[in-house]
Formats: sequence, structure tokens, C-alpha cells
Amino acid sequence: MELQLTRRAWLGCSAAAGSLVLGFPTGAASQGHAAEVNAWVVVQPDERVIIRIARSEMGQGTLTGLAQLVAEELECDWSRVSTEYPTPGQNLARQRVWGNFSTGGSRGIRESQDYVRKGGAAARLMLVQAAAERWGVAASECRVAAGVITHAPSRRRLSYGQVAADAARLRPPTDVPLKDPKTWTIAGRRLARLDTVDKTTGRQVYGADLQLPGMLHAAIRACPVFGGKVRSFDAARVTGMPGVRKVLRVGDHAVAVVADTWWRAHRAVTALPVDWDEGADAKVQQADIDAMLRDGLGAQQAVVGNSQGDARGALASAARRIEAVYAYPHQNHATMEPMNATARISLSAAGIPERCEVWTPTQNGEAALAAAAEAAGLPASRCEVYKLHLGGGFGRRGAVHDWVRQAVAIAREVPGVPVKLMWSREEDMTHGLYHPVTQCKLSAGLDTQGRLQALHMRISGQSILAGLFPQNVREGRDPVVFQGLNAGGGEASIGYTVPNLLIDHAMRNPHVPPGFWRGVNLNQNAIYLECFLDEIAHASGRDPLDLRRELMKNHPRHLAVLEAAAARAGWGKPAPDIGGRKVYRGLAQTHGFGSYVAAVAEVSVSPAGELKIHRIVAATDPGHVVNPQQVEAQVEGSFVYGLTAALYGECTVKDGAIEQTNFDRYPMMRLAEMPKVETVIVPSGGFWGGVGEPTIAVAAPAVLNAIFAATGRRIRTLPLARHSLKA
Amino acid sequence: MPTLNVNGRAREHQAEPDTPLLWVLREHLGLTGTKYGCGIGQCGSCTVHIDGVAVRSCAMPASAVGAQHKIVTIEGLSPDGNHALQKAWVALDVPQCGYCQSGMLMAAAALLQDKPRPSDADIDAAITNICRCGTYNRVKAGIRRAAGIAPAAEVEIVHVPRRSA
Repeated sequence: MELQLTRRAWLGCSAAAGSLVLGFPTGAASQGHAAEVNAWVVVQPDERVIIRIARSEMGQGTLTGLAQLVAEELECDWSRVSTEYPTPGQNLARQRVWGNFSTGGSRGIRESQDYVRKGGAAARLMLVQAAAERWGVAASECRVAAGVITHAPSRRRLSYGQVAADAARLRPPTDVPLKDPKTWTIAGRRLARLDTVDKTTGRQVYGADLQLPGMLHAAIRACPVFGGKVRSFDAARVTGMPGVRKVLRVGDHAVAVVADTWWRAHRAVTALPVDWDEGADAKVQQADIDAMLRDGLGAQQAVVGNSQGDARGALASAARRIEAVYAYPHQNHATMEPMNATARISLSAAGIPERCEVWTPTQNGEAALAAAAEAAGLPASRCEVYKLHLGGGFGRRGAVHDWVRQAVAIAREVPGVPVKLMWSREEDMTHGLYHPVTQCKLSAGLDTQGRLQALHMRISGQSILAGLFPQNVREGRDPVVFQGLNAGGGEASIGYTVPNLLIDHAMRNPHVPPGFWRGVNLNQNAIYLECFLDEIAHASGRDPLDLRRELMKNHPRHLAVLEAAAARAGWGKPAPDIGGRKVYRGLAQTHGFGSYVAAVAEVSVSPAGELKIHRIVAATDPGHVVNPQQVEAQVEGSFVYGLTAALYGECTVKDGAIEQTNFDRYPMMRLAEMPKVETVIVPSGGFWGGVGEPTIAVAAPAVLNAIFAATGRRIRTLPLARHSLKA
Repeated sequence: MPTLNVNGRAREHQAEPDTPLLWVLREHLGLTGTKYGCGIGQCGSCTVHIDGVAVRSCAMPASAVGAQHKIVTIEGLSPDGNHALQKAWVALDVPQCGYCQSGMLMAAAALLQDKPRPSDADIDAAITNICRCGTYNRVKAGIRRAAGIAPAAEVEIVHVPRRSA
């Protein structure tokens, strides 16, 4: 007990000084000692409340949302709340008291809401108990509001800051009831984010901006072909260049230059002559990958993801069959801030590495710690990771910390000195973990009345799990492949009932490494299913919404969201012309990351083939809503991410390497192309869904279906930029 | 030593003449608010003003900017973050990850200097910076707000004044 108190006191002090966050003093002054009431809540004598956030902030607003949830139960003064990251090393040392650090799969809020709310509520109970004990009254006689505890019968008041040190010594309560969300006053509100101001002044420190005393900089070049190796390099050609300190091999796959500035390191590594052993995959062309996937469309062997009735039999005897093949390409995450990490290896007096520290923007601090420890050859207890703000994540900075391993490998060569490794955009574009590539053959069987009796979706292509976590692939089955197509469940279920249904997957893994890419497999699955349903509707003379209503009778939550989007958009009435151009609509819905989403897109296409996306109506049912204005921001952002992918996103392979090396060849949607987005939030309560990703999946199919309505052209392969819409 | 006029001050540096202005700002002058995004002038994260004009500093050699030219970076946009655009950005919670926002703000500030009441078409033409998180509509709303143009649609955000103590 004695030990625990000491540790708590120390942690509290260090939190106040800001050193918990970055591992070095940041100069933030504090008065007195802060008290860690529990792992989530630190209260300072001056009434400031620091809420600890284990998940990473990468723009999605989780820092503010989670703080709202803790503050709601804590009943503190929101105007005095700030946040900080505990470190992965502390989490390890404290038996993972902060739980999972992983920030992906739109899980930030939904998978931590329960324990962070309980953390806030437990802290409140302890603070009230401390006040009650000081007064010698029952805690049940005390009330709390905005961080002030009141004992009404005796008209006494104490603030959180006055009792926090006492509260920290109390045994945590075991029974911690949570508020009914209907009574929320901090959560559920359209509160401003806590992290905006510094992002408008240039003061926000991203990983790329970190400066440490004596720091050196590293730039890297990995073999352009995945899996290729360094045969040799001619260091002498660049060692004399300005600022260059070291030229080295990193693992077997890359070369790096360490210099006094990044630009000098970059210039030298770019000039460094390297002889690559590119390996057998240097023969792979994009056409080979396409052919490999095409083969899977008709393969005998496939893993079944969802099956009802007898789809093959019903298709064989159907009065009418409709078939189509769709394809979705590899895509790079293209976070605006390229991959980077700063690493420092400290040596013992005997000159042996004894400690490894890493500063990096990461979506999963614990995975970064594990990667650092492995690369350093040290136990995790001798390593630490300090999470820095992310300039975008989108899944790239979560599962695999390849850049952390590289940074640590480089730091080992310059012990005692912090080295910041930053990838160039070219390195980032050509060494990503790409959106998996897939194709899908869809076959529908209609009866004589045109009713859908059978549907077979054969997905052929890449498995993310096979690439990243092969231990999780059992008997060739990657369950993530069927995202949005599952028979049921709260995560990502199909919203239609088809009497005879077969959804199966023939795994085909090209050498291009796959990764979790914002929206993951929901992206292409929603395109395949929602566009094909649109094909069925048009082929059978049905309104796309009416057809769906019929198939969605047993899926009321899916349907309610679709209806909400359709109603707001005015589906069924013609869209008004804009600038003399006729406007057409398309719709789509899906269920993913625990939320139900739908969109209606309004587009026009000029005779010259110019596409204009005018307006998007997007509906979301995430169960509970913690901050509506941030849900709106995520939904709007989902259309930038999803429409960029639909319009332009494609990484292709030539001689085993990715051809698109920068934004000149990997274009992005810009502000002028951005449609108006109207977000309709229809929270039905009773569950917690994510919001950062699901809506991405409906962006492309809604627009593609609208393009069909406008032009009669069915786009089945992305990106759209490959196709002409000219009349 | 080469000299640059940055945010109203003459600053000497020791970078090679072909070093892009971006890297002189970030690595020699310690001004890290200006970001690296692509290095080829495509994304606009590195946007600064040179004599009031928005310039992508990643593709401009520092030696091409004489000491007589006035460079303004995000750190110099206003003394204390109170430029009309910065206030609008805070009011509307424009940034998400925020990495591109220094460049967005500098591009927007140059636009407003040139056209104090820009049309939507002016905004579309002037703001060609890349944002991956998807802030475009709030960027548009922020520029309109800073220019005093009525919003197309209100973004309602509750601001609770922060008390640091």
C-alpha cells in the first residue's frame, strides 16, 4: 500500500509538469502536487482536471469525446479539463490499467466508453467520499456539481482540488453505476474540441516537428520492390556531403543516411548509389495481379462467409440471371504527415544498450512499444514510447510499426543520440500497407415476377489478416473479408434477406503488403453489393429504394437509416436542376464498425463527361452520440476520403514496385470538388457504434449509382478517373 | 551568411543555397509550423507568404528569396493567433488532424488579402491544398466567416471558455 501511494504521488506530480507525456520537461508550471485519484483522473490543487486518454488522437476527435465521457461521470468543471496520454510503458508497468491503446476500427469511443465512464464515476465517488469523511457526514448527503461538493444540511462546500489528495488514498469503489445517457450534460453536446487552437497557430507538435537536444536526422530508402534486399551501396559517394554523419544499411531491405538536418540526410540518401537485389517479385506486373484475382472468381475452392438456402441451385433454375464483375484497386493511406519516429538508445556504463525510447505518432502505442523492444533487442520494460500527435492515421499507423523498427535500428548505430527518421513522400507512397485489392463476381437469380431469389457474391483477392496477422487466419478463412456481409451481429451485418444467399472468398494474395485502410473491407463490399443491387433494380424496373425496402424488412435498423437519408434528400421527387444541368440521385447503405449508415448522392454529368457531385445526404445511427458536431466532421471527412478513393485512388504495380510515387501521380480530391454534405444523425440508443469509418463505404456506391442514373453507365472498376463519362 | 526576412525579422542561416525554403524555415530557423507534405508543390502543407503571395515553400530554393522579400509563416500570421481566419477556424473547429491547416490558413489569408469578400468560385480556385481528413467544407465555412459572409449552413459548436487555473 505504501508503495502504491508513493507511485501515485509521483505520477501525479509528473503529470502536472507535463513530463509524463513527452518524457522530458515541457516547462508547464504547476503549483503544489497533483493527485491521481485513479488512472483516468488527476486533479490539481488549482482545480484543473487532467483526464488521461489511452487512445490516439489523429483528427477524429476521440481525445475530446473520451474526455467528455469521463468528465460527464466525474461531474467536473469542463472549462478546467485538459487531457494527456499515459505512456505504453506505464500501461505495461501498471498491469494495463488503461486497457487497450489500439486506435483503429472506429473503436476509440465505442470500445472504451464503458471503462472510461466508470473511471470518471469512480473518481467522483472517491472525491465525494473524501469530502464526506472530512465533514464526518454520509456521502449520500453530499451533492456534486462542476467539481464542487456540497453538503446541503450544513451548507458546507469543498472543491475537487481540496479533497483530491485524500480521495487518492481511498479504496476504489467496486459498485460504480453509470448515468443514463438521457441525463448527460457534458457528453452528447456539440462541444468544441480541446485541441483546436494550437492547430491554427503552428504550435501543435507532430512527430515530424519534435526537436530534442543534440538530435540527428535520418532519411531512408527501402528497396523499391517489396521483399527486395540491399546487395551493396557506395557510401563513399555521399559521406562528404554537407552534414552527413553516417551511411548505413537498415535491416536487409533499406539504406539510410544520418545527418544534422533531414534535408541533408534526404539529399544524401537520394544520391546514394545502391545495388538492389530485387528478388523474384521484380517480375510482377499489374496485369499479373489482375489475372491472379480473376482466376479466383471462378475457383472451386473458396471459404464461405455467409450462406442461406441453396444459392447455386436457385441460380441454376432462376427465370432470369444477372451477372457482373467489379474490382477495387490497391490504395495508399497517404497520411499528410509521412511516417516518422525519433529513437534514442542509451548505453550502460559498460557500453551496452540498456534503454530505448521512441517518440512517434502512432495509433497503437503498445504495438509501437513491442516493435521498439524487438528492434532494440531489449525487454519492453526497458523501453518507452511517447505518443505524439498524428498528422493523419487512417490505419497506416496502427498494426505494423515498420518505421519504428527502422528508427530504432538506426538509433542503435548512433547510441546516446536521439535520431529522427522521417520518410519522404516517395518512400511513404511506395512502402505503404495498401488497401487490399479484390474483385467480386456477383450473380443474381430473379423469379418470373422479377423478385430476387438468389444472390452469389464471390470475392477474390487479398486478405489483410494473411498479410499482417497470419496466425489469425485459420483454414484459409479471414473473417474480416466479409465486413458488412455477415449474417448478423452488431459489428458489420448484411442488411438484406435473400432466400438463397452465398457469399464466399477465394483468397489471392499478391506480394503488395496489405493493411487496414480507413473503412477496411467495408469499402469495396459496400460498392459491390450496393451497386449490384442498383443493377438488379434497374434490370427489373424497380425503384432502388423500393427494392431495398422489400429486402430489408427483417433489418429495421439498416432500413431506418436508409429511410432517414432518403427522406432528407427528397428521394422520389426529382432533384432540382443546377446551373441548367439535370441532377440525378443514387443511394447506398451499409452496417460497419457497429454503426448503420446510408447516403444519397446528387450528381450531374455534362455532355463532355464532367462529373459534378453537388450534394450528399448522409444518415448515421451510431447508437449513442458523444459529440454531434464531431460526428458531422467525421461524416464529412468520410466523403473526402471515400470520394478521393472513388475518383482517383489507385496504386498499380510495375516491375514489382508501386508506380505512384507522389501526389502528382496519386491525385487527391480538392476543395473545389467537395460536395455539400448534410449529416442526419439518428441515434437509436442501446448500442455503441463507431463513426470514423463506416460512412466512407457508402460514399462511392451512392455516387456510382447516381452516375448510372445520370448516364446509364455502370462503373464497375475504380477509380472513376479511368473511365470517360462523355455522352 | 544568407539572410531571410521572416516574420518581420532578419534571420541568418547556414543552409546550402539549393535547400528548399521549407527546410530552412523548419530546420535552420526552428519554425516547424510550416509542414512537409510532398516536396513537389502539390499538397500545399508548406504554404507561406512571400511579399503577401501564397507560395509553396517546399519547391522554392531558399537562395531564390532575397533578404528584401518579406516571408510570413503561420507563426507570423498574427501576434497571438487572432487573425480573423484563426478565430474563424477555432469558432468552427475546422482542423481535424491539423497537419495541413497551417498551409490552408496561409493560402486562405493570401486569398483574403487579395479578395476580402471572395466568391465560392474564388475560394475553390485559391484553395488547392490537400486535406486527407476531410475539412474542406469547414475550411470554406471558415473563410466565409472570416470574410464576414453569411454562412451557407450554420455549424453549431458550443464553446466553453477554457480556464487554465
